[in-house]
Amino acid sequence: MTSAIDAVAIRGLTKRYGATRVLANVTMELRAGSLCALVGPNGAGKTTLLGIVSTLVRPSSGEVSYRAGTAAVANGGGLRRAIGVLAHDSFLYGGLSAEENLAFYARLYELEDGARRAAALLDEVGLAEEARTRPVKTYSRGMVQRVALARALLHEPRVLLLDEPFTGIDRTGAAALARTLARAVERGCVCLVVSHDLEALAGIADHVAVLRRGKLEHDERRAGGFSEQELKELYHRHAE
Amino acid sequence: MAWKDLRVELRSREILFTMAFFAAMVVVLFSFAFLKESDEGEMVAVAEITPGFVWVAVLFSATLGMARAFDREREGDTMRGLLLSPAPRTALFLGKAVSLFVLMAMVEAVVIPLCWFFFAAPLFAEPLPMLALVLLATAGVSVVGSVFAAMLMRTRARDVLLPVVLYPILVPLFIAAIKGTSALLVGELEVAWFWIRFLLVYDAAFAVAALWTFESLVIE
Repeated sequence: MTSAIDAVAIRGLTKRYGATRVLANVTMELRAGSLCALVGPNGAGKTTLLGIVSTLVRPSSGEVSYRAGTAAVANGGGLRRAIGVLAHDSFLYGGLSAEENLAFYARLYELEDGARRAAALLDEVGLAEEARTRPVKTYSRGMVQRVALARALLHEPRVLLLDEPFTGIDRTGAAALARTLARAVERGCVCLVVSHDLEALAGIADHVAVLRRGKLEHDERRAGGFSEQELKELYHRHAE
Repeated sequence: MAWKDLRVELRSREILFTMAFFAAMVVVLFSFAFLKESDEGEMVAVAEITPGFVWVAVLFSATLGMARAFDREREGDTMRGLLLSPAPRTALFLGKAVSLFVLMAMVEAVVIPLCWFFFAAPLFAEPLPMLALVLLATAGVSVVGSVFAAMLMRTRARDVLLPVVLYPILVPLFIAAIKGTSALLVGELEVAWFWIRFLLVYDAAFAVAALWTFESLVIE
């Protein structure tokens, strides 16, 4: 059932840390086969929203429900198997190599063909062969980001949540990542991408949500996607 | 989980060497600090207070180890990567506790013989109950320590706070360990087995509490 998640419904989501309200009554829906670009100024609550959708953060009120057809998917190991996250931090062990990190996560996700999948993903993200056996702590920021992306995609998640995925990677890497995301959307994944890089999002995002001071200021879908100029205009109008 | 932690640790040996060296230094220094005159007129270490030093050395080195073990999960925020996986959250906790147990056991394999040597204390006179005592005390420290270290992982003053919150909880465990070891040194087996049973109950109670609360401690 979790392999068929086709919608993530966010209803009245509020999150407070002490007296600070980080998210205020956010309601929106993410759909399969769609990439939502979540934009907004620093401190708008984008990372917190992504954290709640990933199940790592509990909301103060409101709910996130995951649907497969008409059935709700319960929170637990099965749901987490369907979610892939690329966050600010890499979730990689510095003392292990890229191959060892991916092998560890493949075991954690109980993947039968983990080694083959890891090798294919490392090829896809463009990590050089000679680097794959070195400890991750010796990698550049861009290399770490590539391996972190491979880790997020390793278990073929149906819900892909990425927080600033274009940070630290070069143009070639950014183009490759955009192609990877486009393929994920074609496969029917639910994709939510937090990014300040509107150029990279142009052409791949068909859903834009603008957060400002914890509130959802704008929520729009467009079948043909958004150009960079359109994204900038939306950002300037609703986020500044 | 445990195997991954141990593999990373065996590569760097950072935590293990720190714990073992610290514990050994505690034992050596205290062996020169507490002396008494023997029947032959020589100044020798006081064997009767050996149990205290064994477990003080273990406690302090364990605190170093557990803080550092969870620091590793902070470095790449790998704890969140683990929490995102389908693995049961209790399994993450158990993996951490097991790896800490193994590291502590390695340190005790150094500390206890050192105490036997420097204090001339008959720590190996009753090997089976001594082994039970050590294993149960180590398990208890691993379980309780893992929970509190996880709880404080994202706290800024965690290095200071960990001993402050952890030691009061561990007081009953260490009283039992010290009393049990003292009883073994003087051959009071019944007393020793009482404290071993106490440790068994303590470990069981805290293991249940830890399994029950771990997830709520690590999820924001």
